Amino acid sequence: MIGDANIVDFLLQFLGQFDGIDVIKAFSAIGAGTAMIAGVGPGIGQGFAAGKGAEAVGIRPDSQSDIIRTMLLGAAVAETTGIYGLIVALILLFANPFMG
Amino acid sequence: MEGPKIYGYIYGFPITQTLVNTWIVMVMILVVCAILTKNMQKRPGKAQVIAETIVTVMDGLVGQTMGKDKMRFAPWMLALIMFLAFSNTSGIYGLRSPTADLNCTVGLALMTFFMTQYNGLKSKGLGGYLKGFLEPMPFLLPINIIGEFANPVSLSFRLFGNLLGGGIIMALLYSALAGLMFFPIVIPVPFHFYFDIFSGLLQSFIFTMLSMVFISGAMD
Repeated sequence: MIGDANIVDFLLQFLGQFDGIDVIKAFSAIGAGTAMIAGVGPGIGQGFAAGKGAEAVGIRPDSQSDIIRTMLLGAAVAETTGIYGLIVALILLFANPFMG
Repeated sequence: MEGPKIYGYIYGFPITQTLVNTWIVMVMILVVCAILTKNMQKRPGKAQVIAETIVTVMDGLVGQTMGKDKMRFAPWMLALIMFLAFSNTSGIYGLRSPTADLNCTVGLALMTFFMTQYNGLKSKGLGGYLKGFLEPMPFLLPINIIGEFANPVSLSFRLFGNLLGGGIIMALLYSALAGLMFFPIVIPVPFHFYFDIFSGLLQSFIFTMLSMVFISGAMD
């Protein structure tokens, strides 16, 4: 019979047989990968912006340069959250604060 | 990709790779400016036409984005976009891009931040400047203050993240291709084109555009 507490105990016991630094490294790598899930949002946002931009160019081809400029600006702002995720991932991989 | 190397210390002040590469970029910009503006005539030659086109395009962009009354920012914006364009594309000739260092991008973003605050204070007056933080509702004051400080953070991190991410992907690509004899010459070319030229020029344009938008937004 395995309850919740037993699973936690088992996990801690399992992790306890490794070196502490190795455990931190492993979880940092998992965390870096997980942080990059943030890339989904900017992907959706930039795709939406590009689609609307293409639509607007189709309607008004004569103001194409204005539309492209506005679209790039909006896409750059939408990218910010993804870049934050990337920074977190980079910090976890290359400048890990938990490694001391 | 490693962090910027430290070459030495002058009075305890580290001379990093970023600093040296910034000097190289500065020399390149000076040389380009000297070549383009050498021997200026009433009837322009080829080099002068290029220089005049660059200045005219930038003047048009500033006039369209910030308004005709703020044309005095045009030289600063042209200097900013030139520095960013040259340093972002410096990955092509093997330099570590100066903007792939957070120190450089935070410095640039802080310049925009202080210009925003100073010009907003100057054009609106102290009362109008402080009142701007209470809009649209007074209880949104903390949100407005946080939003004001989020601008330089997002500006600097966007540039830094893009450049460093591109550099890391290029370094991974080169290390993956290191065992091949012939392909390292051919395969990295499209990646260099995307990460160094397209992404670098786009990011320099975006940084300058956002600076213009922030400054003109604070002024009117």
